[in-house]
Amino acid sequence: MAEIWVFALAVFVGFEVISKVPVVLHTPLMSGTNAIHGIVMLGGVLVLASAHGPALTTLGFLAVVLGAMNLFGGFVVTDRMLEMFKAKKPRPAAVKKP
Amino acid sequence: MRFAFEFLYLLAAVLFIVGLKFLSSPAHARRGNTTAALGMVVATVTLLAGMMLNPEGGPPHNLGLIAAAIAIGAVAGAVAARRVAMTDMPQMVAILNGCGGGSAALISTAEFLHMSQARAGADTMFGCIIGSISFSGSVVAFAKLQGLVSEKAINSPLQKVVNALLFIGLLGLVGMLGFSGGGAPAFYALLGVSLAFGVLMVMPIGGADMPVVISLLNSFTGLAVAATGFVLHNNALIISGTLVGASGTLLTMLMCKAMNRSLANVLFAGFGATTTAGAAGGAAAAAAKNVREVSVDDAAVLLANIQSLIIVPGYGMAVAQAQHSVRELADLLAKKGVDVKYAIHPVAGRMPGHMNVLLAEANVPYDQLFDLDQINPDFERADVALVIGANDVVNPAARSDKASPIYGMPILDADKAQHVIVIKRSMNPGFAGIDNQLYYEPRTSMLFGDAKGAVSKLVEAVKAM
Repeated sequence: MAEIWVFALAVFVGFEVISKVPVVLHTPLMSGTNAIHGIVMLGGVLVLASAHGPALTTLGFLAVVLGAMNLFGGFVVTDRMLEMFKAKKPRPAAVKKP
Repeated sequence: MRFAFEFLYLLAAVLFIVGLKFLSSPAHARRGNTTAALGMVVATVTLLAGMMLNPEGGPPHNLGLIAAAIAIGAVAGAVAARRVAMTDMPQMVAILNGCGGGSAALISTAEFLHMSQARAGADTMFGCIIGSISFSGSVVAFAKLQGLVSEKAINSPLQKVVNALLFIGLLGLVGMLGFSGGGAPAFYALLGVSLAFGVLMVMPIGGADMPVVISLLNSFTGLAVAATGFVLHNNALIISGTLVGASGTLLTMLMCKAMNRSLANVLFAGFGATTTAGAAGGAAAAAAKNVREVSVDDAAVLLANIQSLIIVPGYGMAVAQAQHSVRELADLLAKKGVDVKYAIHPVAGRMPGHMNVLLAEANVPYDQLFDLDQINPDFERADVALVIGANDVVNPAARSDKASPIYGMPILDADKAQHVIVIKRSMNPGFAGIDNQLYYEPRTSMLFGDAKGAVSKLVEAVKAM
């Protein structure tokens, strides 16, 4: 039951936290949220850690590999994008749109 | 001990939330990504420590395999992320998202087999269905964006029938697994039907709408991950998956708004399919219409002797990797006293915000980039609007032609400038397959050539003056 609470509150937070995003950041934000669901790798780790037999071990192994690609690839590619946004000379107020 | 682990998971969740918050503001975006990554480190360390110190179902197995799997995935993901070209960002996000969805589907399957019961819980089935749809849908999106499969929208009545049948089959399998118990064969069937559903969901969608689909699939994967959190009783997975599910849904809706479309319209209308007929007719009509061509030298003379220039870059510019030449041209003209601005349409490029990333890569100063609302009033006063590889975002039909599929989409008013120079490879219609009236206006001159070649020649011509 507590898990339902966690779920419901997370829905609200998820909606609230990005309610206003400038279009400039839509691409990095999509890629950044994409990286966050890479946490699924940990689910794969839990499966693999309790796996017996070749079928479950294979499934768990693949789940961890895919999850890790999502996780590491997501964070690295997002950072690459945002790094370029920052590399400019000190930006004036133009960026600080409301 | 258990309390300490729960507290650390909470800390990770807070770091994700703060990271997301920072990601949505331009000044802190990069720190936001780092914060979320830090949250991921905390969550991983907590999970591993919990398994070692507080084993609930006996000591963990396969530690070597776990390390190997993480290493393989990490290296593959990070290397691909380092190497991918900025223009290929949409397919990169698609494929990474597919990995996450696939992982969630595999976890649900493994947990079902692990339980070895005839029935499956709602969370297990949800993780399997949504994860599989997200996986196969993302793979199709990747294939379409990469050009492996036709980017055109495919829309046949037969497909709607197949979709409906698959959906009924899905419901039947869910009922069977949930109530009467179908065992492993029914679960594999559920997996297969979900995978097919993902393929058929994305296949009919045209290339121009793909960013919206990827964003939607991104939120799907978030929900699938949350479902695996329910299956595995892990709050960190529930919170992060749900956060992405909710924020991804909101982002999807924001993108639809920028294109002035509804989500249902994007998913079911078969946008490109209805317009291919129109485009063919348009191409025939184009032959009859008058197109004015301008030479590189004439264009260079014009550009060097004006007061104000607005550059409208489109995806065609990025494909040709012309952004560096464009910046060179802009710098040269600025030295000659021309006031240069860039007009960025919200959906320029292939994802919302993509063009800003591409121009940032070419070191275009930020204060020269203007978005739609800021720049549109300036077009009337601009001497020249230079349209490079952009098409639908400057199509006046969006303002005036109610029959046009893009009617109502906010566009850049390039046609209001004193002169319009369009650099374009040929008269073929663009990404969405719609003919553009702008090319036939009396004030418009066409400079035919690929974006990079044409702009480089312009640079040479301006230098020679």
